[in-house]
Amino acid sequence: MILQVQNVTKRFGGLQALTDVTFELPEGQILGLLGPNGAGKTTLFNVINGVYAPEGGRITFRGKEITGWPPYRVAHSGLARTHQVVRPLNELTVRENAMVGACFGRERHSLASAAVVADDVLARVGLTERARQITSSLNVAQKKRLELARALAARPYLLLLDEVLAGLNPTEIALMVETIRRIRDDGVTILMIEHVMQAVMNVSDRVLVLDYGILIAEGRPQEVANDPKVVEAYLGDPKLAQKLLAEEAG
Amino acid sequence: MVLLEVHDIVSGYGEVQILWGVSLRLEQGKLTTLVGSNGVGKTTLLRTVMGLLRPWRGAISFRGQDITRLAPHDRASAGLVLVPEGRQLFTEMSVYENLEMGAISRRARPHWKRNIERVFDLLPRLKERRNQKAGTLSGGEQQMLAVGRGLMAEPEVLMFDELSLGLSPVLSLNLFETLQHLKAEGMTMLLVEQNVHMALAVSDYAYVLAEGKIWMEGEARPLAKRAEVRQAYLGI
Repeated sequence: MILQVQNVTKRFGGLQALTDVTFELPEGQILGLLGPNGAGKTTLFNVINGVYAPEGGRITFRGKEITGWPPYRVAHSGLARTHQVVRPLNELTVRENAMVGACFGRERHSLASAAVVADDVLARVGLTERARQITSSLNVAQKKRLELARALAARPYLLLLDEVLAGLNPTEIALMVETIRRIRDDGVTILMIEHVMQAVMNVSDRVLVLDYGILIAEGRPQEVANDPKVVEAYLGDPKLAQKLLAEEAG
Repeated sequence: MVLLEVHDIVSGYGEVQILWGVSLRLEQGKLTTLVGSNGVGKTTLLRTVMGLLRPWRGAISFRGQDITRLAPHDRASAGLVLVPEGRQLFTEMSVYENLEMGAISRRARPHWKRNIERVFDLLPRLKERRNQKAGTLSGGEQQMLAVGRGLMAEPEVLMFDELSLGLSPVLSLNLFETLQHLKAEGMTMLLVEQNVHMALAVSDYAYVLAEGKIWMEGEARPLAKRAEVRQAYLGI
């Protein structure tokens, strides 16, 4: 197992954001993390990569417990992430942005060797031709690719992707899904939060579903999509409608 | 008769496109629902219909007139009224004052006394609480007040964004019964609601939005039995 999350609990004041979350991620898989808005998905990412320390539970990465480690230390150990709202360094070039990932990642490159890594990852996400451009000139889809490149430049063993498909058009989604598959085939394990359901159900080996901070389902996409608990989390409680219809009939 | 028609709307925020060509029609006197999972663009569509967001492409017509360029307050004066998500009440004002504020448009102002009686008949709890500050009401009462304030605007089309969000089952049921009552009176309504079963049970016609497009549409109750609705939410 590349990642083990055991009984993780996170509170914000009176709000229980994560309750006793437990799952494992085998090396080489793509694991989709699903759930309605506010379910705790990004919070779980933040706990895994050290932005938040959990109140309870433990996180083990490549056999080493990393619970409570600061984010930079988690990054050095080979765990990288992308953010839902991308914040590239707009006044730098695309290549320089990717270099930042290389400098602060697992291999902690010097500037000279970071440039080599940057060129490699930009090629992998299809941004080679944009390398010398100022980042602010990129469109949304290109910025999302750069976000991915920056994370890849950290040479991670495990990559956390937070809604990399959001805001993309169908063609761009198909391209991004292909890129994600290729990254996995190159040996990077992936945990991805995604709302574009057709795509995530298609690309994931397994999926997890969080609802109100509780893991309510886990399994292959087809199984999970048919799980009554999951259907209820997305479509709502059917009992109320049954009651209303019964009142009408009576 | 089609009262409101949304034609091929493309819309979004900044560079991010949310709606990819959405068309729908509201028949006069019918309750139409728009369902779909979080982040799919339901609120964006309502905001576009109200004129709070300018579409990148497409047109909206009301009673056969193109209103795509009309300002939000002019749309409200024409009878398009939105009960927004999260209620957006004037919390420091009383229930009564909030209802008065609903009648601020030139369309509704002359009839506010008659309409407030009508709202009190429909939602008697508001009458009991008339002098209480809106911010001190329970969640369910606040939602009732938001609906009451919408009615004070004398809507020709009443739109609801997440009617039952955060409410208990009993309170939700009450609100849906109010909707059925309004439907019986002939009100034209557009309901956005996270509980799909409920939305399909109370509505005449339904549109399912997925990934910024209309995924399917049809008579609401038959739609409730179709597997494609689940697919729209869960992808497979």
